[in-house]
Amino acid sequence: MTLLDIVKKLLGRQQSSALKARERLQLVLAHDRTDLSSDLLQKMRKEILEVVSKYVEIDLEEGAVSLETEDRMTALVANLPIKRSLPINETEGEVSKE
Amino acid sequence: MATNTRIILICSGKGGVGKTTLTANLGIALAREGTKTVVLDADFGLRNLDLLLGLENRIIYTAQEVLEETCRLDQALVKHKQEPNLALLPAGNPRMLDWLKPDDMQRIVKMLENDFEYVLIDCPAGVEEGFKNAVSATKEAIVVTNPEVSAVRDADRVIGLLNTNGVKPVQLVLNRVRPKMIANQEMLSVEDVTDILALPLLGLVLEDEEVIVSTNRGEPLTLSNVNSPASICYSNIAKRLKGEDIPLIDPAKSGSSLKNKFMRLMQTKIF
Ligand SMILES: Nc1ncnc2c1ncn2[C@@H]1O[C@H](COP(=O)(O)OP(=O)(O)OP(=O)(O)O)[C@@H](O)[C@H]1O
Ligand SMILES: [Mg+2]
Repeated sequence: MTLLDIVKKLLGRQQSSALKARERLQLVLAHDRTDLSSDLLQKMRKEILEVVSKYVEIDLEEGAVSLETEDRMTALVANLPIKRSLPINETEGEVSKE
Repeated sequence: MATNTRIILICSGKGGVGKTTLTANLGIALAREGTKTVVLDADFGLRNLDLLLGLENRIIYTAQEVLEETCRLDQALVKHKQEPNLALLPAGNPRMLDWLKPDDMQRIVKMLENDFEYVLIDCPAGVEEGFKNAVSATKEAIVVTNPEVSAVRDADRVIGLLNTNGVKPVQLVLNRVRPKMIANQEMLSVEDVTDILALPLLGLVLEDEEVIVSTNRGEPLTLSNVNSPASICYSNIAKRLKGEDIPLIDPAKSGSSLKNKFMRLMQTKIF
C-alpha cells in the first residue's frame, strides 16, 4: 500500500492497477507454488476449523485460512479470532465424542 | 574436459517477452568486449535468432547436420561479420523436434564449450519438451519477463522448474519497462516483480521503439555506437554478467520535475 493508494481510497477512487496486479499475483502464485486446488484448500480449511473449535470457541465469520507467499516460501496462514476458550470438561466432552 | 565456459539459458515461460532480442543483443555486446561468444538457437519450432542478427542468408548447415554428423561444428557456425567474436549455431528443421532429446542438446553444448567463453541458449517459450531439452544442457539461466501479471506468473513457473533441475544461478531481466506507467502506478514496479519472484535482478530493459527498428534491419542495438535507452540497458546487462558493478537505473528516478518528485513521494510504501 502506498501513499497514492491511500489518497485514492480517501477520495473513493479505484485502487491503482499496479496494486491490484500485485495482490492478484501474490494470491495466484501461492496456489501455483503449492499446487493445491481450491477444493482441497476448502476441505482443509473446514477440517482445521473443526479441530480448533474443539478447544476454543472461534469466530467463524471472521476466521480465515489462506495461503500466503513470500520469498518463494508459501505459508498456510490461519487467522482465527478466539471468542473464549472452552472450559476443560467441555473440551474433554467434545474430544471424547470422537 | 571441465571448462570455465558460462552456459546460460535465456528463458521465460510466456512467449514474446523478449528472449530472442535479449540473446542477440547480449551476444553482440559480449563479443564487442572481446569475449568469445556463441548464441545457440534452441527454438527449433520457430527459429528467429538468425533473423535478429541479420545472419539468415548465411546459414549453410545447422545444429541438425552437426548432430547427424554430416558436417563439422565449425562448418555450421555462422560468424558475425562485424563482430567476429560472435558466432551463431542455427536451429535445424522444425522436424528436429520429433527426435531431439536432452542428450542431443548436451552434446551440442559440450562441443561449443571447447571454443567459446559464453554459450547463450535462446530457449523456446513454454515448459514442454523444447524447454526441458534446453534446461538439461545449461548451467545457469536468465529469466526474462515483462511487468505484466501473465508474464510474471509464467516466469514463476519456470523459476520453480529451474530450481528443481539444479540450474544455478538464476537471474532476472525485466523487459519493456515503462517508467511513466510505473510512476502512475499503472504498471508493476521493478521492486514489485523482484519481490514476487525473489530473484536477483540482472537488469531491466526500457520499452524502446528502436528495438523494432533494429530488428527490421537485422542489426541488434548493441551493434551501433548510437545509444538508445534499450541499447544502454542491454550493454549494462552484458557488463554485469561479466561481473562488473554497474548500478541499476531506477526508472522512478528518471526526471526531476516537481511532478516527478511528487509522484515519487506518492509511491512511498506505507505497509
Ligand atoms: N524493450 C523492448 N521495447 C520494445 N519492443 C520490444 C522490447 N523487447 C522486445 N520487444 C518486441 O517484442 C517482440 C517479441 O520479442 P522477442 O522475439 O525477442 O521475444 P521472444 O521471447 O523471443 O518470443 P518467442 O517466445 O516467440 O520466442 C518483438 O516484436 C520485439 O521487437
Ligand atoms: Mg524467441
